[in-house]
Amino acid sequence: MRPLEERGEARDGAARVVAVEPVRKRGGRGSLERERRQAYWLVAPAVLVLAGVALYPILAAMWLSLHRFILVFGEKRFVGLGNYAYLLGDARFWSALGNTAYFTAVAVSVELLLAVPLALLLQRAFPGRGLLRAAVLVPWAIPTVVSARLWAWMFNPDYGLINRLLLGADINWLGAPGYALHAAILVDVWKTTPFVALLVLAGLQGIPEDLYRAARVDGASAWRTFRSITLPLLKPALLLALLFRSLDAFRVFDAIYVLTEGGPANTTETLSIYAYKTLMRSGDFGYGSALSVATFVCVVVLAAVWLRWLGREEVAR
Amino acid sequence: MKPRVGVGTALAVVAFLTFFLGPFLWQVLTSLWPDGELTRPWPSHLTLESYTSVLWGRPFLRVVLNSLVVAALTTGFCLVVGSAAAFALAKLEFRGKGVLLSAALAVSMFPPIATVSPLYLILRAVGLRDSLVGLALPYTTFALPLTLWVLTSFFKQLPDELYRAARVDGCTPFQAFRRVLLPLAAPGLATTAILVFIFSWNEFLYALTFLTTPEKRTVPVAISLFASEHREPWGEIAAASVVATLPLVVLTVLFQRRIVSGLTAGAVKE
Repeated sequence: MRPLEERGEARDGAARVVAVEPVRKRGGRGSLERERRQAYWLVAPAVLVLAGVALYPILAAMWLSLHRFILVFGEKRFVGLGNYAYLLGDARFWSALGNTAYFTAVAVSVELLLAVPLALLLQRAFPGRGLLRAAVLVPWAIPTVVSARLWAWMFNPDYGLINRLLLGADINWLGAPGYALHAAILVDVWKTTPFVALLVLAGLQGIPEDLYRAARVDGASAWRTFRSITLPLLKPALLLALLFRSLDAFRVFDAIYVLTEGGPANTTETLSIYAYKTLMRSGDFGYGSALSVATFVCVVVLAAVWLRWLGREEVAR
Repeated sequence: MKPRVGVGTALAVVAFLTFFLGPFLWQVLTSLWPDGELTRPWPSHLTLESYTSVLWGRPFLRVVLNSLVVAALTTGFCLVVGSAAAFALAKLEFRGKGVLLSAALAVSMFPPIATVSPLYLILRAVGLRDSLVGLALPYTTFALPLTLWVLTSFFKQLPDELYRAARVDGCTPFQAFRRVLLPLAAPGLATTAILVFIFSWNEFLYALTFLTTPEKRTVPVAISLFASEHREPWGEIAAASVVATLPLVVLTVLFQRRIVSGLTAGAVKE
């Protein structure tokens, strides 16, 4: 969502410079110089904070990942790429990567598929629309940990709501390997579909009403209108939602930690969970850092791919 | 357009309402369900037992207070640092603007786990590991980028003429920011505050990693560790969850429009 805004800003930025010019001239060169200096002072604290809490830790994590470093033993020794060599042969890493990718792909697809009809619904005028709008924000506002607990209760094999609704089915949702990851996906879908729907809704509101009027005059069916007008014009919004949601889903931690802690038999272990366990349970800061850097690299690659696709869409328009 | 509600629309509304509200209502019902009766299909009566035992039998109020402190610290800190920077990004010309906004965006995409190990070591080294202040610091990793983006788009919406008039009247850029534009950006500040507050209130990974003593825990951590030795106290968990969530639900419903405009600030509209 943000890169578009940035580009938009650059576009009208050019216009603004022209308009500002006369005032600036009156102020003289010194005034412009002073403005620039003050601008740097105003952004300096934010830059320092971002560098301190984000940039430095990332670089430090990369440095730590080149060490054998067990916290409790205080042992710290440079091993170069040793941790990464181990990582490539670590079956648990590959399974965590697979779980993360599967979780991300399925959760984000379902969210997009549900969000489009929800957004179309939210855009229509009907009595009670305000209620629905407020209601869909409820899952978004609930802390992920709380929603995971809430679903864990509903997934309870003995007296959880879900098995009750399935008329006494006896499914151990969180304890059976095939089910647990899908249960986690359901929790994610419940929590974040509203957010995706809001992004899609903002996209819908940007489509000019004339196009629909013209389509009506031409006698186009609702489905045809949706396919030929709504969907193509919604594409940038959908791609942005895809970008934001997939990066977010890829770092999933809270929901899975609370639902299953990565079990049963590591079938729900994602990269963040595996890295967390290695860091905080085993106290292995070297390999744990390598795992977290690997997660970071995956996210960067994913972002680069999506941004490229998004950029191409923009050019095509 | 005339509102015409078809059967399809009505069904869709009911389906979505059930899906999004149902689990939360079930949680509320569970919290009022008598403790010994959870195995039964339906409660014989409703009771506040779970609430009294959570609020007075456990240090839960303390935990809520901790969360309030961390969220308030993070929010205040981000607003002070972020509003100045956002003003400069929106209204002043300087080199590196685009880079800064992209950097903020990139930071918000970091997986938090990627920064956990060094942050842990830093906080331990400076003696802030098990402290609420120490927790508010890493929270700025996700809260400051959010603040910058939302506030920059708000400042951009304020007319440039205001800034120029203040300058012509002899204000320095900083005075123009503090005396003229900042007061006008109040709605934007409120939106940002709500969003940062909600995000900080909900944060889990850093809180789980950096806080060790039970009395220091925040709400999500306390709820995640809410097990007793013999069985899961589902009624109490439900009651604690409702207590932890209700303020946010009320906030969200009240400021729904604000939150939506903040979340989609500069998003899909061009």
